[in-house]
Amino acid sequence: MTIAHDDINIDTNRHVVGTMTMAAALNRALADAIQEDPGVVVFGEDVGALGGVFRITDGLAERFGEDRCFDTPLAESGIIGTAVGMAMNGMRPVVEMQFDAFALPAFEQVVSHVAKLGNRTRGGVRMPIVIRIPFGGGIGGVEHHCDSSEAYYAHTPGLTVVAPSTPQDAYSLLRAAIASPDPVVFLEPKKLYWSKGEVDTSITADLGTARVVREGTDVTVLAYAAMVPVALEAAEIAASEGRSVQVIDVRSLSPFDDATVTAAVRGTGRAVVVAEAPGYVSVAGEIQARVFERCFEYLEAPVRRVTGFDTPFAPPKLEHWYLPDADRILDAIDSLHWDDEPAEGAAR
Amino acid sequence: MQHDDLLPRDTPVALIDEHGAAVADERYAMPDDDTLLRAYRGLVEGRRINDQAYALVRQGRLAVYPSSHGQEACQVGASLVLGEHDWLFPTYRDSVAVIGCGVSPADAMVLLKGDWHSGYDPAEHRVAPQATPLATQLLHAVGFAQAAKHRGEDTVVLALCGDGATSEGDFHEAMNFAAVFHVPVVFFVQNNEFAISVPLSRQTAAPSLAHKAIGYGMPGQRVDGNDVAAVLAVLGEAVERARSGGGPSLIEAHTYRMQAHTNADDDTRYRERDEVKAWVARDPLSRMRAHLLSRGLLDDAAEERLAAGAESIASALRDALNTDADLDPEDLFRFVTADRSTQLEEQWQLLRGEIERSSLTDAGGHR
Repeated sequence: MTIAHDDINIDTNRHVVGTMTMAAALNRALADAIQEDPGVVVFGEDVGALGGVFRITDGLAERFGEDRCFDTPLAESGIIGTAVGMAMNGMRPVVEMQFDAFALPAFEQVVSHVAKLGNRTRGGVRMPIVIRIPFGGGIGGVEHHCDSSEAYYAHTPGLTVVAPSTPQDAYSLLRAAIASPDPVVFLEPKKLYWSKGEVDTSITADLGTARVVREGTDVTVLAYAAMVPVALEAAEIAASEGRSVQVIDVRSLSPFDDATVTAAVRGTGRAVVVAEAPGYVSVAGEIQARVFERCFEYLEAPVRRVTGFDTPFAPPKLEHWYLPDADRILDAIDSLHWDDEPAEGAAR
Repeated sequence: MQHDDLLPRDTPVALIDEHGAAVADERYAMPDDDTLLRAYRGLVEGRRINDQAYALVRQGRLAVYPSSHGQEACQVGASLVLGEHDWLFPTYRDSVAVIGCGVSPADAMVLLKGDWHSGYDPAEHRVAPQATPLATQLLHAVGFAQAAKHRGEDTVVLALCGDGATSEGDFHEAMNFAAVFHVPVVFFVQNNEFAISVPLSRQTAAPSLAHKAIGYGMPGQRVDGNDVAAVLAVLGEAVERARSGGGPSLIEAHTYRMQAHTNADDDTRYRERDEVKAWVARDPLSRMRAHLLSRGLLDDAAEERLAAGAESIASALRDALNTDADLDPEDLFRFVTADRSTQLEEQWQLLRGEIERSSLTDAGGHR
């Protein structure tokens, strides 16, 4: 392995416990899956010798051979379409779509075949395919490199869609995605690739579940992917102002964990949904609607959304205006019909 | 491989001419008598199935049927060249090939009848679900063959498409992947001259569709698609080359769709009747029949037996399609994913409630 890990220990059960970046955690998950299951193959554009443009597949081709990790021709539909055939013939393909918007030429294969073949064949054919897509902004990327496409996938029946926000979840959710008999669109927040956190490879995560990140009693902030750290930052500031903010990492966009989210919002009576994708017809809007339907009698205020604007993703020098930040979340929280409304224009 | 070896012939390979006479060929041998008789039986049965299905559309028992009347030699050839472990990746127009691989006619029509999206288990007959989007299944075929090669199996995959599909991006990507990874796939294009209403001249400016192969670095060949003997010989050679590690190839069959695209299509708007009539003389059945009769391989008694066999297949198809399947509405939710999500379970409970209420009221609607 050529990925540099800091502070890695191997415990007596051969599980890795240590601090690593999300990129390293993803790399570790791929390596462990390739090693444990001979059916797992990793392929895509530049994933071999280069190790991927974000180095997520670093060292895999070298370590496991070109049979298990290989470069394809530059053709996204070809990558997904051949993965369909491999899955039909008993393999577990894990493919990389280099950037979110680059996955669009493969959209027909994803929607018409990956998502539907199990259903079309009444379960006779399953599609244990993982489609890894680096997504979202915050890295100063130019046009077509920073889109948030999750609504397209989450809108498609048959696809499981998850997005981790920590190295631990990146590891655990990717292992669960590869083990799943169903196709998983695995959205990797580019902005968090280099964020560090504790990873214990013995910890598992169930697809389809949300995670309570921070306990709080006044308001629930529902976020996912790169917006989770932003929500946590807002929660810290709110705490200093005397408001207790609960933060939930939705992490599974489809299926959606209504049980966890409903219980949380009923507990606080207020909710804000945060996502960087455009808000119109979005996952954030879907979450908002579900919370309204299930928690209406418990709500003290309308559920608010904090999202990216309904514009194409911003150019690098404008993206800080586009992306939701802690202030925008705090403003939304402030608007939730508090009994102790702060004075208009109060300094923060 | 030399470039010359990748180029198709100037004229399509034919082993039996339009009058039934054998044509000598330096490269492709006439199939043996048993194979020719099996192929002829396939043609007779395939024609009967096509005609029966067409009638069932008119009677409202099939929602739609894309007929392969006139293309039976391609369909029968495709099903007969495959070995025990080989796979077929068909399109919506390839029902006769699907049936040739062992799927019952009634099961092959489930998609077209509207009972479900596919009526058979792909693994049972080694036939992928019939694809409706154009050319997408060609990539599935390539991936399937890659997996077989990865495991060291000698499976060959035969992928079917029409002339219109060759304009799609997935056609290009499939050819390119197959050649780059040198996988055992045979691409078989049934060029029937029209993509619904649009003629071949609007699909390509290439000398032929088979000429596209050289651009990918694989051999291409053209075959008379109404000559089942030639289809068997050319496809058979390509399948054996793939099996022995020779990689992919592209075969273009020159044939003609004798009927409209489907029942929803009016083909008088885009082609002259004289053109259609001209192809009657090149019919794959009459040509093969003349050949077999001239060689004494067929007589009246054998023909009657074949006709009776085809009639019983048609009769069974009629019976099956005149029976309404007992459809379970829970199937809507059952196969979406391996494990049913809470959301889908809630939706099923909603529908179940509606069904229970409607069974209590005559109108079945809101009370």
